[in-house]
Amino acid sequence: MGDNPEANPTDPNRRAFLRSLGSSAAAVAVAGCSTVTPSNADRQSGSRIEDTVSITLRINGKDRPLRVDPRTTLLDCIREVVALTGTKKGCDHGQCGACTVHVNGRRVNSCLSLALMHDGEEITTIEGLGAPEALHPMQAAFVACDAYQCGYCTSGQIMSAVALLKEPCDGSDAAVKELMSGNICRCGAYANIVCAIQKVRKSGSI
Amino acid sequence: MKTFEFIRAADLKGAIEGAARAKTAQQGADVRFVAGGTTLIDLMKLNVETPAHVIDINRLPLDKVETTPDGGLRIGATVRNSDLAHHPIVKQDYAVLSEALLSGASTQLRNMATTAGNLLQRTRCMYFRETAMPCNKRKPGSGCPAIAGSNRMLAILGASEHCIATNPSDMCVAMAALEATIHVQGPKGSRAIPIAGFHLLPGDTPQRETVLEPGDLITHVTLPAPISGSRQVYLKLRDRASYEFALASAAVVIKIAGGNVINARIALGGVGTKPWRSPAAEAVLLSQPATPANFRKAAEAALRDAKAQSENGFKIELAKRCLAHALQMAAKG
Repeated sequence: MGDNPEANPTDPNRRAFLRSLGSSAAAVAVAGCSTVTPSNADRQSGSRIEDTVSITLRINGKDRPLRVDPRTTLLDCIREVVALTGTKKGCDHGQCGACTVHVNGRRVNSCLSLALMHDGEEITTIEGLGAPEALHPMQAAFVACDAYQCGYCTSGQIMSAVALLKEPCDGSDAAVKELMSGNICRCGAYANIVCAIQKVRKSGSI
Repeated sequence: MKTFEFIRAADLKGAIEGAARAKTAQQGADVRFVAGGTTLIDLMKLNVETPAHVIDINRLPLDKVETTPDGGLRIGATVRNSDLAHHPIVKQDYAVLSEALLSGASTQLRNMATTAGNLLQRTRCMYFRETAMPCNKRKPGSGCPAIAGSNRMLAILGASEHCIATNPSDMCVAMAALEATIHVQGPKGSRAIPIAGFHLLPGDTPQRETVLEPGDLITHVTLPAPISGSRQVYLKLRDRASYEFALASAAVVIKIAGGNVINARIALGGVGTKPWRSPAAEAVLLSQPATPANFRKAAEAALRDAKAQSENGFKIELAKRCLAHALQMAAKG
């Protein structure tokens, strides 16, 4: 499933292993991917259960017909169902920004939204920005400016940074810091993140 | 997260009928509307909210900002916080609202969060958010451990012996100062609720936070025509420079003529169990010279009834200085 070359099920690499673990663990822990079916306990709890529901998300320019449990967040859908793992789960409560993606061109926290709410909408993830051999200018600037350390928050930072350049902003470092405040970096690469964003802004490349 | 039925509302009538079967529209409602999801999905993950039915209202035609015939503004329920904050009329005529919105959360959250959702934003009290703990708001009668516990962020105005949870909204504070009206459609028709009467004090029913009943759907908010020549400021004080809830905030709409205050509307945030309009502070200022001494007197009046908990006594002086400073900023233009 997915464009990711690592998604080939015959290739027993680490990513594929983690994904299969994720899909089996999802039924008990992650609460929501295409393989989840409500348990008997759920069925007997008295609340009406809808099994999986069909939706189509347009992700990185490609229509993805999907079946999801209604509880599936957009984040879990992107990672566990579509197998695009560049988008990260940090806090899962809208406090860290690691899960930032674009919906219809605007940045959002994908952890606080249900996948079902986005049927028919255009989703862009970090995989949709550039490719290893052809980095997006913001990705290249993050590399050039050393704007990360562990890298876990980086895809969210870059998705925010790309969106920021199209938002109302006076272009000052202070304004950039304010508008990036929803993306936490526990390594503390903030100064270089601001440098990377300003480098792209000044180059006018996007 | 508990399982639920997801329903995409096709029209207002369907949404209202779907929600009218709920036993309550307050804490623990078995039917919930979802728009931005930034509060609801968060609380559903924590099992603080466990609706059996979730009605998506995002495709209803409630996303417009329009001027009204009387020179005011009509803001649709699902207008996103970022769109409202950057709307040219809001920036020009209701700057306090734009500033309040932009001081809240992050751009990502503001791109999701809606006008009606923010009116219903839930407290950040950690006992409310943690189901292993008692909480009178979440589980009536179970007790309020915040009173003898971790209460640094909690309310100094409007609290009761049952609940001291702070209302966390910035938008509502500005709307209180702007005298917004909340328009609701429900099973029995539509009604208009002044924001001052929309949120409830906790009293002995902290689980009831607003006057909304099952099936009530906020359709829009109206703002009266701007007071011409008024100056507006939203000042928010917090533990870090951005992306943090208020320890104290002040929304000020003030008109000064000939050195005297001729109109003043004041509301405080981060300190009350509801968005805290202060008629007492307004009365102190009215017809008096716009001086720092009078601003301080107004701040004293606004906090006269404040009651400190074990960890948040500092907020009383902080809120006074916040309001006095906001008035000073407004007076200087």
